[in-house]
Amino acid sequence: MQYLIHATNLKKSFGGNRAVDGIDLSVAPGEIYGLVGADGAGKTTTLRLLVGALRLDEGQASVCGYDILRQTEQARAQTGYLSQRFSLYEDLTVLENIRFFAEVRGLTSKEWLPRCLEILDFVGLAEFRDRPAGQLSGGMKQKMGLASALVTRPRVLLLDEPTTGVDPVTRQDFWQLVIKLVSTPLRLPPNSENLGGEKEGGQVSVIITTPYMDEAARCHRVGFMKGGRIIAEGTPGELRATLTGRILELRGQPLNLLRHLAAGDEDVEDVQAFGDRLHLRLRQGSAGQVLKRLPQRIKSGGGTLSDLRQVPPVLEDVFIALTE
Amino acid sequence: MNSRLISIIRKEFIQILRDPRTLGIILVIPIVQLFLLGYSATSDVRNIPLAVFDQSQSPEARALLDAFRAADYFRIDYAVNSQEEIAVLIESGKARAGMIIPPDYANRIARGDAQVAFILDGSDPTSASTALSAAQLIGQAHATDILQEKIARSGMPFELKPPVEVRTRVWYNPDLVSAYFMIPGVIGMILFAITSILTATAIVRERERGTIEQLIVTPIRSWELVIGKITPYALLAFLDTLEVLAIGHWWFGIPIRSPLSLILALSGLLLLSGLGIGLFASTIANTQQEAMLTVWMTLLPAIFLSGFFFPLEAMPKILQVVSYIVPLRYYLVIIRSLLLKGVGVAAIQNEIIALALFGIFIMGAAALRFRKRLD
Repeated sequence: MQYLIHATNLKKSFGGNRAVDGIDLSVAPGEIYGLVGADGAGKTTTLRLLVGALRLDEGQASVCGYDILRQTEQARAQTGYLSQRFSLYEDLTVLENIRFFAEVRGLTSKEWLPRCLEILDFVGLAEFRDRPAGQLSGGMKQKMGLASALVTRPRVLLLDEPTTGVDPVTRQDFWQLVIKLVSTPLRLPPNSENLGGEKEGGQVSVIITTPYMDEAARCHRVGFMKGGRIIAEGTPGELRATLTGRILELRGQPLNLLRHLAAGDEDVEDVQAFGDRLHLRLRQGSAGQVLKRLPQRIKSGGGTLSDLRQVPPVLEDVFIALTE
Repeated sequence: MNSRLISIIRKEFIQILRDPRTLGIILVIPIVQLFLLGYSATSDVRNIPLAVFDQSQSPEARALLDAFRAADYFRIDYAVNSQEEIAVLIESGKARAGMIIPPDYANRIARGDAQVAFILDGSDPTSASTALSAAQLIGQAHATDILQEKIARSGMPFELKPPVEVRTRVWYNPDLVSAYFMIPGVIGMILFAITSILTATAIVRERERGTIEQLIVTPIRSWELVIGKITPYALLAFLDTLEVLAIGHWWFGIPIRSPLSLILALSGLLLLSGLGIGLFASTIANTQQEAMLTVWMTLLPAIFLSGFFFPLEAMPKILQVVSYIVPLRYYLVIIRSLLLKGVGVAAIQNEIIALALFGIFIMGAAALRFRKRLD
């Protein structure tokens, strides 16, 4: 398979600090790749390297076959990038903003208007086209950012925490747009020279960084970043499978006491509160013993147990396990 | 023309027009500065308040006072009765000069060895030195008159005439109006300050708001970004130049003795330096405030070392040497020569070359530092 994004051994330091420390990354057409990790894990730096906003110290990266160091502008022509602190010109209207980004990215005076209207329609901002960008809500601003990144119909879309600070409904909308984008093959413009000649299979690749696990679960593949490296990678199912059989759910009263008792068990690695429940992560293969042992300990400790059972792990469990 | 460049220029213009307050400041500040400096920064000394202690009360003393009244350098505001009163008036700033005429003034005039005391407040050296030479001149002229009269009365067929006479003629600014000196300077200062400050803040604003990250990933080239961003401000600076020139000409009566096209062309040369300094500052600063401060740090010394307020000839040697790297210095010579003297390019070619070299140097240095990348 031809990868649209292909990177090997990316490295980048700021001063003595290794922000990105040897990352390999490949994303196929039609694939949404999620980069997750704690703040400072190197997610933003990775995207900035892929778009050439930062210069690689070491390693090699290509976008649609264009080397990011030697053919920077060709690579960028294929890339739509939505930076984390995406900001638009607040004193320009929605249409003026998109027009500006369309024109500086090479759309001619004939092309830009139909393309801008089409993309505004796509993200659902058509009726706000004459509104100053400064008067848009946070979610609309993000959609506008997406529109300005998409206006040149890039084959690669790099989204840096696009939904941080956005309400759940808008997050849902935003994801529907991204999913729609990768699932429908790109309509080829009349002169498709900026697609590098590949007329067939014009599907888009997306890399999205997110701190939200429910969003990571929507990605086709997820890479967990820590300390500038990808420490685990796979489909959400594969990642969850690494903890299969090691997660117990515990309900009962009082929660604080249960938490204390559970943490005291020699086979429990970690206890996390999920609302009125506790998730216990166990040592490999110890589920049977813990299921037998823990109810007694809770009883003798003075707590009431209402439920203790094995549950399928969620990505959040995986994330916490990997972050430690 | 390059369509990316046009897009950037158009965007910048829309932003300027959407912000009428900033636009107003850009267009009004030069006028305010011009009026402030045109009227306040003047060394023309007129009507110095004078206190007189006339102990003689004679016709001869009145003749001396009339001579002082006739020249409008002094205004006899106070007639006092003691030396102490003069001291009090000068200390309180009500009088800037005092004159003491001794009781035997009339007799000594007759004998030919009369003296009067003249006291000056030297705390402001500029006006004091003007007053000093004015008082001496008035005194000498009066003395000559008295001598002339004496000779005439003695009936001698003799006309008093000094053996040497220095006939002065002041060119370009015959009345020595300070505004003639100041206003061309104001043009230079405004052009220089506006272009450097606006350029620096306009570019840093993109970084501060985070829009630069989006611009970096577009195919815009560094020079397109720079030219596109500064062109609107350069045009505004030219508009300011015309504005100041027009007011200077019609309100303050500054002559414009060279073709406007030449004035604007050579002003464009100063723009190059101003833009270069602004661009350079934008590569150092991360916020608009930092950019502002960086520019002001270079602007203030540049203005003082340009010969705008103080003549360069009067400065210590070391400062004179430093002033050679101040582009405004060359522009002030150029603009003063063009406006007041109406000279051609040949007379100011050294300054033109120096200004051009500085502009190319600072622009080049800034362009080398200006990178279309985040690190």
